[in-house]
Amino acid sequence: MFTSVDDVSARLAETGYLASPAVATTVFLAARLGKPLLVEGPAGVGKTELAKAVAQVAGARLVRLQCYEGVDESRALYEWNHAKQLLRISAGRDETWDDTRTDIFSEEFLLPRPLLTAIRGDEPTVLLIDETDKADVEMEGLLLEVLSDFQITVPELGTVTATRRPFVVLTSNAGRELSEALRRRCLFLHIGFPEEELERRIVRLKVPGLSEALTESVVRVVGALRAMDLRKAPSVAETVDWARTLLALGADTLDETVVRDSLGVILKHQDDIHKAAAKLDLDAL
Amino acid sequence: MTDPAGRITGLVGALRAHGVRIGTGETVDAARAVEALGLADRDLLREGLAATLLHGAAQRAVFDPVFDLYFPRGVGGPDGGPTDRETLRDRLAEALAADDGASLARLAAQAVDGLGGYGSSPRSDGWSAYQTLERLRPQTLLARVRDDLRARAGDGAFADRLLDDEIRRRIEEFRRLVGAEARRRVAERRGRDEIARRGVRPTADRVDFLFAGRDQLAELRRTVQPLARKLATRLAARRRRAARGTVDLRRTLRSSLSTGGVPMRPVLRRRRPVRPELVLLCDVSGSVSGFSDFTMLLVQALHDQFSKVRVFAFVNRLDEVTGLLDHGRADPEGLGARIRDEATLTGWHGSSDYGMALGEFAERYGAAVGPRTTVFVLGDARTNRSDPNLPAVREITRRARRVYWLNPEPAGQWGTGDSVAPAYAELVEMHECRTARQLGGLVGRLLPV
Ligand SMILES: Nc1ncnc2c1ncn2[C@@H]1O[C@H](COP(=O)(O)OP(=O)(O)O)[C@@H](O)[C@H]1O
Ligand SMILES: [Mg+2]
Repeated sequence: MFTSVDDVSARLAETGYLASPAVATTVFLAARLGKPLLVEGPAGVGKTELAKAVAQVAGARLVRLQCYEGVDESRALYEWNHAKQLLRISAGRDETWDDTRTDIFSEEFLLPRPLLTAIRGDEPTVLLIDETDKADVEMEGLLLEVLSDFQITVPELGTVTATRRPFVVLTSNAGRELSEALRRRCLFLHIGFPEEELERRIVRLKVPGLSEALTESVVRVVGALRAMDLRKAPSVAETVDWARTLLALGADTLDETVVRDSLGVILKHQDDIHKAAAKLDLDAL
Repeated sequence: MTDPAGRITGLVGALRAHGVRIGTGETVDAARAVEALGLADRDLLREGLAATLLHGAAQRAVFDPVFDLYFPRGVGGPDGGPTDRETLRDRLAEALAADDGASLARLAAQAVDGLGGYGSSPRSDGWSAYQTLERLRPQTLLARVRDDLRARAGDGAFADRLLDDEIRRRIEEFRRLVGAEARRRVAERRGRDEIARRGVRPTADRVDFLFAGRDQLAELRRTVQPLARKLATRLAARRRRAARGTVDLRRTLRSSLSTGGVPMRPVLRRRRPVRPELVLLCDVSGSVSGFSDFTMLLVQALHDQFSKVRVFAFVNRLDEVTGLLDHGRADPEGLGARIRDEATLTGWHGSSDYGMALGEFAERYGAAVGPRTTVFVLGDARTNRSDPNLPAVREITRRARRVYWLNPEPAGQWGTGDSVAPAYAELVEMHECRTARQLGGLVGRLLPV
């Protein structure tokens, strides 16, 4: 898939994803060793975006399983289309039951869900299992099975084995600690907040109209906010939002008023805004 | 670089000694990673090994210094002759102003080489990061670097008010580089296996509460939420297991009458649906406050696992602090100070008196403890030679469902000096609880579900 770590960086950059050395190295290894990649880190640091970018550069289709509390096999693996099966049963009145049964448990009545979809088919595939920590523990058992053999058994149809293993990315915000067993299946990548230099590059790329001086100031202030131990530290997504806001406001330098008026774009909690204002020596809000 | 396989084995051994669980599968992956990445670029190698060997972000703090020992930046001292202190300080000021990482690393090597050496006989000599930093005093460059940068930028820019903190972070980074360099030099002398085990600071969760410094306690506070989430998962699993119930023999036999006395279907006991109650009694006197503050925060973070949590703090008098803890969520670092300010914890002297405090609890708050309550006492049981008041403890155990005592001292020290731990341990189950890791294990096991 990739010839070198530099190749990963260069091709991801073409899609608009700027990879740190850690990200590029780990993606390269995941492809080379054929192991799933577990990406952990706070919200808004580009975990989901990374999987999409990898799919794009690999010319692969992206299959996404979005996890949430209560996601189950019928949402993750497959489900039978009951309504259609019922229609079929009532339509074929003069057949034997055996015929009907064989028919309604055939491909035509199967609703494949992301895990099955990703395993079937021959085209290159990136399987994104997003926000794995939101799913219940039971789901992990299922993922572990699928990621071990890359095969899924549908009792009525038989076993489907991947002819071409998908490139698997699992993301987690560490809302729940994932099991040791699942972690052991994967290469581990922690994406934290980027280094200043990388974050400046991201801002330049996403908000090209912003002046260089302002770009630099934005990144510095965000860095200072992250060091403050807030309830929710601003992420890359907020940096980019803030840069866009400043551009829209037509600000040409960062001054006290501009910062005070736009702090709400970067910080989501009222306590955080007050704490930051105090530490940045802003007049009371 | 010679023998990469040997280095990987050494690295893995040292990481395991620090409590990182690494199986053979991961070791094989690590070797394949080295093969795929080559040895030329240390940064890629570092990331590749971290990706294959680690399972969580917290392990990185111990991985990086260990990696630096097994895949060092180089061998021996820096090129060029020794550099004197003033020249080093001038160059350091420049590098800090420019935020030039490569220069900082080079200067760290020169500083350790020039200022950090001690001893002369081959067995007792070495390099000390502490001595290097004491002599170089990089923190005193702050004003100079700031003025330099201000003069260059022209003043008035908003972001300049961040300058001091930014420079402090760069100085902190330089201190870290000096530490790494001194370890590297010492490892060349004494063997990297030994230095990787003894010279690398353990992760915060393995540091003794009683010896943890301010920054380690701060690091620990940041682990409260993740640890609480992990424990919540574990408690939920235990609760599910318990809900499946145990076989009720009597009812199984009774229902088997309809099947001719053959017990066909086991009848499971139903579980109480109510969540348990928790009471915490915490010694918050200076010696053990790091331990009790952390435990209180952890319990606060777990409060929705219980129908009721009440927390009491004491030194020689005891007061309820449940409310303070509740409001403490926004400001965990201030918790200890707030408790000591706002609660009445001392009478006419300032040292711990377990007997008085436990007696006061039994007398004033006895009603807080009932048959659904599990009580945790936190403290070292050093009661400054006053009466341990065992009857009060008996009274509490009589009322409670369970009573546990978590003691932050090594079990070997219980009963030495003014410790009355053995006497209390006869009445309640006492556990040694020296580190956050131990605490996590105990809490996951002992908390009622
Ligand atoms: N390294 C990066 N390169 C380009 N854009 C990034 C990068 N990191 C984050 N972003 C931006 O941040 C936003 C949030 O990313 P996302 O993948 O949704 O975060 P996460 O899944 O980690 O919560 C995206 O819109 C993306 O544009
Ligand atoms: Mg996401």
